[in-house]
Amino acid sequence: MDVVDIARIQFGVITVYHFLFVPLTIGGTALVALLETLWLRTKNPDYLRLTKFFAKLLLINFAIGVVTGIVQEFQFGMNWSDYSRFVGDVFGAPLAIEGLLAFFLESTFLGLWIFGWDKLPRGLHNACMWIVHLGTLASSWFILAANSWMQHPVGYRFNPESGRAELTDFAAVMFNKVQLVTFPHVVLAAYMTAAAAMAGVSVWLFVRRSADREVYRRSLRLGAAITLLAGLGVAITGDLQGKVMTEVQPMKMAAAEGLYETADTCAPFSVFTVGTPDGKHEKFAVTVPCLLSFLGTGTFDGKVEGINDLREEYRQTYGQDPGASYYTPGDYTPVIPVTYWSFRFMITMGSLAAAGSALLLWVTRRGRAPGARWLGTLGIGLPLLMLAGNSFGWIFTEMGRQPWAVFGLMTTERAVSPGVSVAEAATSLVVLTLLYAVLAVIEVRLLGTAIRKGLAPFEEPPDPGDPEHSDDAPLAFAY
Amino acid sequence: MELTTVWFVAIAFFWVGYFALEGFDFGVGMLLPVLAKDETERRVLINTIGPVWDGNEVWLLVAGGMTFAAFPHWYATLFSGFYLPLLLILVALIVRGVAFEYRHQRHDAQWVARWDAAITFGSLLPAVLWGVAFANIAAGVPIDADMEFTGSLLTLLNPFGLLGGLVTLSLFVTHGATFIALKTEGDIRLRARALAWRSGIVAAVLAVVFLAWLQARTGSPTSALVFVVAALLLVGGVAAAYAGREGWSFAGTFGAIALAVTGIFVALFPDVLPSSTDVAFSLTTTNASATDYSLTIMTWAAAVFTPLVIGYQAWTYWVFRKRIGTHHIPTPQLASK
Ligand code: HDD
Ligand code: HEM
Ligand code: HEM
Repeated sequence: MDVVDIARIQFGVITVYHFLFVPLTIGGTALVALLETLWLRTKNPDYLRLTKFFAKLLLINFAIGVVTGIVQEFQFGMNWSDYSRFVGDVFGAPLAIEGLLAFFLESTFLGLWIFGWDKLPRGLHNACMWIVHLGTLASSWFILAANSWMQHPVGYRFNPESGRAELTDFAAVMFNKVQLVTFPHVVLAAYMTAAAAMAGVSVWLFVRRSADREVYRRSLRLGAAITLLAGLGVAITGDLQGKVMTEVQPMKMAAAEGLYETADTCAPFSVFTVGTPDGKHEKFAVTVPCLLSFLGTGTFDGKVEGINDLREEYRQTYGQDPGASYYTPGDYTPVIPVTYWSFRFMITMGSLAAAGSALLLWVTRRGRAPGARWLGTLGIGLPLLMLAGNSFGWIFTEMGRQPWAVFGLMTTERAVSPGVSVAEAATSLVVLTLLYAVLAVIEVRLLGTAIRKGLAPFEEPPDPGDPEHSDDAPLAFAY
Repeated sequence: MELTTVWFVAIAFFWVGYFALEGFDFGVGMLLPVLAKDETERRVLINTIGPVWDGNEVWLLVAGGMTFAAFPHWYATLFSGFYLPLLLILVALIVRGVAFEYRHQRHDAQWVARWDAAITFGSLLPAVLWGVAFANIAAGVPIDADMEFTGSLLTLLNPFGLLGGLVTLSLFVTHGATFIALKTEGDIRLRARALAWRSGIVAAVLAVVFLAWLQARTGSPTSALVFVVAALLLVGGVAAAYAGREGWSFAGTFGAIALAVTGIFVALFPDVLPSSTDVAFSLTTTNASATDYSLTIMTWAAAVFTPLVIGYQAWTYWVFRKRIGTHHIPTPQLASK
């Protein structure tokens, strides 16, 4: 294995791992803020209990999201230094602004929220969590703008003298058409993920606990409803994303279908295929006629280009480019079985989660209180399906772009750090993977314990405006 | 001023903020086994930084992100060159960050003791390694004509680098102690005060030797001035700690760290990463920078958001301004297994 392989594996592991926690944080901060607002509005103590319960789960999750983010920030320089030199002028700005605008907001206001129960007036306390949520959205915006630029570079010019991409239009980068469909898709998937987790945890407790059933039912139905709604949005935006991708990276979408020959009209979409191991010949397939044309172009008779034609086209375009030392000529085709299956798994996992939520809403309709244990198991499955769906979506997006790191500008092979040795790269891959694995085990156990404990009894939080409130009283929250 | 100079200053500013702020929370972490006698006292210490440590750490992320954006070559050479030390720092920051959040999740002596160790070592390791890294940045490292670092881990572990590590270690311990003295009450406050001036003397001696050495290697008259003021502030801080003036002693260590880091950047300018192979290969604010257009965008963003960030972070420190004592620590106390 060379440094490129190791760095690629590491990037995939580290980033997919980071993204297990991120959607739960993006959606979770919104849900906790919403529950607290509901408590303030309705004065119903159960909402406060739910707020605290889900906040506890959120914080266990957030801790790992934050620390794995630090690695993300460093690894471009560590493993991808030629990439950093090449794109820094364009790509660095959103990353730096993300830190300045989003990470400061998130970390500072989360600290205020966690420790501020006895220090801040209630409305302000609640506002802190909404601000954290705003921070997570800002974070997503800037990092996805950076990523969308890699998918579809805009607003730059290639400067042959400095040999790098240079920013010419910041607004074009911020409002890249890929960004405009990616951001809503990712954020809605995050809401869906966190809401599915809320519904899942609630139903698990709902069928197992006799106390507080009505409270769990409330968060269960709220979570399931949001999962469904957000899921609808995810499907709509995903469809839009597919259309934009067909335009800017036709190879990725052809690879998503394993479509080798151009279909002039009515390209079919295969739901399931058994093929030879190299993915080049199919043995058996279940197909929906014309669906691929619709997904890619919006009409059932649209033309969809196939991999073979595209490969020729790319060879024409990039093969003869004289000054192109930033990419390695090749066959410009991603690994087809990976793109094919990850695309389907993303959609399947998300659809199953949506179906599960619909089922939960149905069985608990109009005060019904089923007690079947399998419902609890299903509940725990919901967030897992979502996490898998997210991961497959990213694997599809990123691996479908290969061999490019920046589409049409720089191949992944050229992006890696020339000065880093195999030993160094391997050390960091092993160390970080092991560390992440240990953290995952700890986190799952902690979540398990916290979930099994369930809702804590209601406790009126201290009112900082209250003159009776003594400076010597124990802190409302302490580590 | 050239935009590249503006950005050199901006990045220096974020590193200064990072070391002056996270310096004391590293210090608190390292002093956990030293200053606290029991579980409640350990919790007092941890809770002095509980609400703020993550916000302090973001100064690092922003310094890194800004380096990427404003001086891509600096970011690329530095981060790929200092690979293994950075990996160690990452591992330390990871276990430390998780420890704060997970330590209190289970009331079991062994569990808590493990996370305490994670906090202590997770603070100690970066406290030393950042000093090693910055000493090497200031002194220069082997860099070839392609801007690639050609040394190894051992190149960085030279006497000057190691001394730099000891300086940051002792400074952060002292800074942590003056912070604890300012933020706690009762016995622990007195112990922190006593420790602050003792460790402060050690820090002062090490820092003076290091800064004089640095000045002799790469300094300018301006950096000499800054270093002298830094040293005076440190001595003043130590004296204030001895006299029991906690606010002044914290201000002293804060200012000393801020100015020492400032001085390093002053001495560095206009290089950002000098090459010890050949001065012609050094990375400078001009040859490592981004374009003017990109820097202009960033300047706007920084001009608008930096004051805002400083404002709300200052407000956080105000909200949590009260001293913490053992009676503030809520039960449940630790149950032994
Ligand atoms: C579980 C969550 C989930 C669900 C149910 C879906 N997606 Fe998705 N999808 C993601 C989670 C996701 C993601 C992880 O968030 C990705 C990765 C990159 C991105 O932009 O979003 C993604 C990427 C992604 C891309 C790649 C875009 C690119 O390369 O930049 C396309 C074309 C779609 N999705 C399309 C769909 C369609 C048509 C869906 C269903 C009807 C769908 N997605 C459901
Ligand atoms: C959180 C969501 C993301 C996930 C899960 C993800 C996942 C991946 C994966 C699995 C690869 C490996 C592809 C391969 O080697 O074939 C990859 C490559 C890469 N991605 Fe992403 N990515 C994400 C977001 C981003 C973002 C936001 C950026 C930029 C800011 C980015 C930059 C890169 C780079 C530089 C590579 C190069 C390595 C390579 O292609 O092998 N990714 N990503
Ligand atoms: C590869 C590119 C990425 C980089 C460099 C990166 C960087 C970081 C960093 C440094 C942090 C820690 C902030 C703190 O200390 O508070 C973080 C957390 C976070 N990131 Fe990422 N990230 C990446 C991918 C993503 C993506 C694709 C998203 C969303 C779509 C995202 C969303 C978040 C959010 C919401 C947080 C805060 C919540 C949490 O920690 O769980 N990140 N990220």
